[in-house]
Amino acid sequence: MKQKVAYIVLITVLFTQCKVDPEIKPALPANDIRVVVPEGWPKPHYNFENNPLTKEGFILGRSLFYEPALSRDNTISCGDCHQHFVAFANAGHSLSHGVNGQLGNRNAPPLFNLTWHPYFMWDGGINHIEVQPLAPITDPLEMDETMENVIAKLKNKSNYRKMFKDAFGDDSITTQRIFRALAQFMGAMYSYQSKYDMVKKGKATFSAAEQRGYNLFVQKCAICHKEPLMTDFSFRNNGLSVNPALQDSGRMRITGDPNDRNKFKVPSLRNVALTSPYMHDGRFETLEQVLDHYRFGIVQSPTLDTLLQNGIPMSDQEKQDIIQFLYTLTDYEFIYDKKFDNPNR
Amino acid sequence: MKKIALIISALSVITFTNCKKDPAEPSNNNNNNNTNTATTGKLILTFEAMFGDSALVLNNKTYVTANGDSVKISTFKYYISNITLTKTDNSTYTVPESYYLVNHNTSSTVSFTLNNIPVGQYKAIKMLIGVDSARNVSGAQIGALDPANGMFWSWSTGYIMLKLEGKSPQSGSASKNFFYHIGGFSGTNNVLKWITPSFNSATANVSGSMTPKIHFKTDISEIFKTPNTINLATTYNVTMPGPMAKMIADNYADMITVEHIHN
Repeated sequence: MKQKVAYIVLITVLFTQCKVDPEIKPALPANDIRVVVPEGWPKPHYNFENNPLTKEGFILGRSLFYEPALSRDNTISCGDCHQHFVAFANAGHSLSHGVNGQLGNRNAPPLFNLTWHPYFMWDGGINHIEVQPLAPITDPLEMDETMENVIAKLKNKSNYRKMFKDAFGDDSITTQRIFRALAQFMGAMYSYQSKYDMVKKGKATFSAAEQRGYNLFVQKCAICHKEPLMTDFSFRNNGLSVNPALQDSGRMRITGDPNDRNKFKVPSLRNVALTSPYMHDGRFETLEQVLDHYRFGIVQSPTLDTLLQNGIPMSDQEKQDIIQFLYTLTDYEFIYDKKFDNPNR
Repeated sequence: MKKIALIISALSVITFTNCKKDPAEPSNNNNNNNTNTATTGKLILTFEAMFGDSALVLNNKTYVTANGDSVKISTFKYYISNITLTKTDNSTYTVPESYYLVNHNTSSTVSFTLNNIPVGQYKAIKMLIGVDSARNVSGAQIGALDPANGMFWSWSTGYIMLKLEGKSPQSGSASKNFFYHIGGFSGTNNVLKWITPSFNSATANVSGSMTPKIHFKTDISEIFKTPNTINLATTYNVTMPGPMAKMIADNYADMITVEHIHN
């Protein structure tokens, strides 16, 4: 615990130092909660059609996101494994921790630009942003709770009835409303203001190394990590050895198709400098390790992606240039946006 | 006098045309006590679980499957949805938002009332065992489709169309249990079964004053046979979409029959 506190303090200090504008934004200007589709981006999958994005819905969703009552023993909230300061990934945890210190099977992915996701989880098993939270809430290795109990607990907390009324017109608490409020909060996590985005708009320029890195990225990475979302949302076997303790077959777990063995969803590279550890089981701690895997570590198997049959050759200099470029994908506007923080902390 | 008659008949034509045009629109006449002018009524559907010729007794009674396996049933529930009724004049009425979870562990759910049914003589019914693919891909639903009802997979989105659980000494599992959670709504894994159980020349006569009841029998023994004889030694844990789920769904497509219609 002490270590954790020290860690958080350290991170806070680091972030405070490099923070450009330390001024705290006003709590929640109404026009701050809105549907965003940056210029040149594809049409989102989820457009809030049946679940209009409102300030009240967002606030309720945020409260639920940071609500430990969503777990069986009231100890873990969504925000414990999805931390704002690392783009809602889980800092320092290769696998998620559940109630009673249980260890999950996969690395908690970062959360942003979720309305563009056609499906969720590393194996794509969940087809809609609204029903995604059901998995972590009910998984025995994660929050291990039932929706029935969650609703009962929320009903006993004085502030929730008012928040549901503000968000949905009356104070009844249902699974649909819980999920839709969470979809409003998480769906409004937009990350589109990195240096890379500013360069694309002509409002900033890459350094020489960043530009070399970007050119290499386009050559070597961008088929799978497709711009502007930095993923094509496909499932691919990227040549990782199978972790014998986990025996995770990835996409095949969902489809039952042996052709999908060891395939996982291509993650977005936005904010990648913050979201260590990497891969579905969090096996790599640094971007260097990740790129070295593509250079030297590809394991041959029948479902290995055709693009990776010979790995991704690159010199040491090229590797460093690519990493310089990857750092430009960090979106400090998103990371420092106070509206995503736990309001009760 | 003639004029008044003309106006009345014109009015009634308009009223009927309105009903026909948009049958999904709930009628205001539902609570109308004047039975002469009622344009809608109610229809009750009741499902009785059987195993062959015996009424289902949960947990304690042993039944024998087509394969000769002994089973005790502890859980039996399934979705009935997308109900369409056909009148004797061949016109049809699709009951809007018709999604029901028939849970034979909870007696209050095995019988339900369809409201706002246009008055008339009905000779046929069509319904889906399961939940249509659209509702499997549309996010958080309410009522019978609430994911909290335990008929929704959290890790691989989709409804469990039918759930049958129990014990069998022939089960290949160490605990001698069996679990059939049958689902799959797309492509080769689709288990959705449209059924049209025959009324056997009877009709259900819906009027403002009469609420007919269609009594169905749901025969669990069918789940274990035709076209696929299920062997519990090998098939005891079917809990995700795939070929095994499809085999069982092919079996249960004929499990529901009309016992009688009470007018």
